[in-house]
Amino acid sequence: MITFEDVTKRYPDGTVAVDHLSLQAPTGAITVLVGPSGCGKTTSLRMINRMIDATSGRILLDDQDVRAIDPPTLRRGIGYVIQQAGLFPHRKIVDNVATVPYLLGWDKKKARARAMELLELVGLDAKLANRYPFQLSGGQQQRVGVARALAADPPVLLMDEPFSAVDPIVRASLQDELLALQSELNKTIVFVTHDIDEAIKLGDVVAVLRVGGHLAQMAAPATLLSEPADDFVREFLGRDRGIRRLSFVPAKGVRLGPLPDDLVVDADGRPLGWRSDGGLLPYGTFNPERDSLRAALDAALLSPNGAAIAADGDGRAVGVVTRDALDDVLIRYAEKSLEHEPEPGERVAADDHGRAEP
Amino acid sequence: MNDEPLIRWDWIARNWDNGGPSAIKTLLESHVAMALLPVVFGLLVALPLGVACARWRWLYQPTAGLMNVIYSLPSLVLFSIFLSVTGLTQTTVIIPLTFFTLAVLIPAVVDGLGAVPDHVRQSAVAMGFRPLRRLLQVELPVAVPVVLGGLRVATVSSISLVSVGALIGQGGLGNLFIDGWQRQFYTPIVVGIVLIAALAVLSDGLLVFAQWLLTPWSRARRGTA
Repeated sequence: MITFEDVTKRYPDGTVAVDHLSLQAPTGAITVLVGPSGCGKTTSLRMINRMIDATSGRILLDDQDVRAIDPPTLRRGIGYVIQQAGLFPHRKIVDNVATVPYLLGWDKKKARARAMELLELVGLDAKLANRYPFQLSGGQQQRVGVARALAADPPVLLMDEPFSAVDPIVRASLQDELLALQSELNKTIVFVTHDIDEAIKLGDVVAVLRVGGHLAQMAAPATLLSEPADDFVREFLGRDRGIRRLSFVPAKGVRLGPLPDDLVVDADGRPLGWRSDGGLLPYGTFNPERDSLRAALDAALLSPNGAAIAADGDGRAVGVVTRDALDDVLIRYAEKSLEHEPEPGERVAADDHGRAEP
Repeated sequence: MNDEPLIRWDWIARNWDNGGPSAIKTLLESHVAMALLPVVFGLLVALPLGVACARWRWLYQPTAGLMNVIYSLPSLVLFSIFLSVTGLTQTTVIIPLTFFTLAVLIPAVVDGLGAVPDHVRQSAVAMGFRPLRRLLQVELPVAVPVVLGGLRVATVSSISLVSVGALIGQGGLGNLFIDGWQRQFYTPIVVGIVLIAALAVLSDGLLVFAQWLLTPWSRARRGTA
């Protein structure tokens, strides 16, 4: 657990970057600090590993004041992923990843073996180990950055806009991989971003900061979407809050109907399209075991006849959800959400869009 | 022009290694020593000074200013200043050339350190490097291409400047020019020019090779960036 107790950062010129910030980043969860530029999110992050020291207030790492720990020692115990990866250009990938183990005095062989484990963990080919950073793509470099941060197995990981310099498709897959990794590793992660969609996708808890370093609201993403604390948060969240909130509702409860005759499937049972006079019509699928209600709705909207195809993990059609069945679920959900809010941390699949097929 | 050929090979053969102080081989050796020692000394001084100037920026302008003033003095003036202290020795040439080298190398070190990308430096801090180790293992290695660029300029200009020392009798191969002019005999002049140029090309080539060996990580950068 990381605790900010009334933390203020004031620079000598009088600028206040962070203003009496108090919050807790729970152990084993992803806490996202999000806000426009100038809201003090990166400053807050850097105060945790003392790259910046707070002017007043305390930051506790499991009840220990970070100011009591020698900065380099503190930093070696905290993973850090920086924007643009910050890899050392003169070191091979394997040695980049082994940076902190080297600093901790591990012998070279052990440090490199550990680095190789991590490359595998973040999904990088072992062949890349002996390359230099410039030989890797932006997405690969960012994976190396994550591997390097995890090398000494720190309990805490700080991530400063780690995915903002890569293109949207790579960013989405890096986000999915982070979530998959986190479900195995259960690190205490503090993640800084200016992208509210990223915050909502990744965060167990999201802290929205406003310019001047004030905490505007801190809540689970679903709560944030349904109950923004004020106009600033509402505006920052943007449009489509209702639809986006469906991302947090599992599609599991949806009633599946039998496969209709006009659905064409291949020999393995994977859908090919809807039969019509002019050939096959497009369709949308979702996985009822994994996906959210938003994905189901999206899949329904992708089919001209309004029916979403439920597919299993192998892509085989297992049933069809008609618009009527979907409406029932949506109405039930709307009624239920008047009674109680979704559990914080309740999470469904990272992929919150239905898969569009030709 | 008289009938004298431009190059008299027999003169070269006789004087290559005639055992005396004016043997071409001896001059070549002293030229190499007087040209390269200033570069070595300059590098040894420029590294700490450059690091200090990069760390405390207010130091940089006065240091660079002073070095440029020295650089702008005609080398002959410097030689005569040191002549009164160190006499007609190689030291009188080596000391001014060391200052010239510094004028090139200090900015190279400062620029090299300045070219270390901020995210690289920040991530070194965040990983838990202490300042000295960060300097030695991250910042200086990343600065190597820029520093080597300065070193190439310093080396080549030092090789060429040594010849001026001939005016006090310590010019290495430059002594051949004086000899040639005085006797209206061109062979020594041509030998001097060719050897100095060859020395410069060879040294520069060695430095390029050293850079290729030292910085495999920046080899193909131009192609991919």
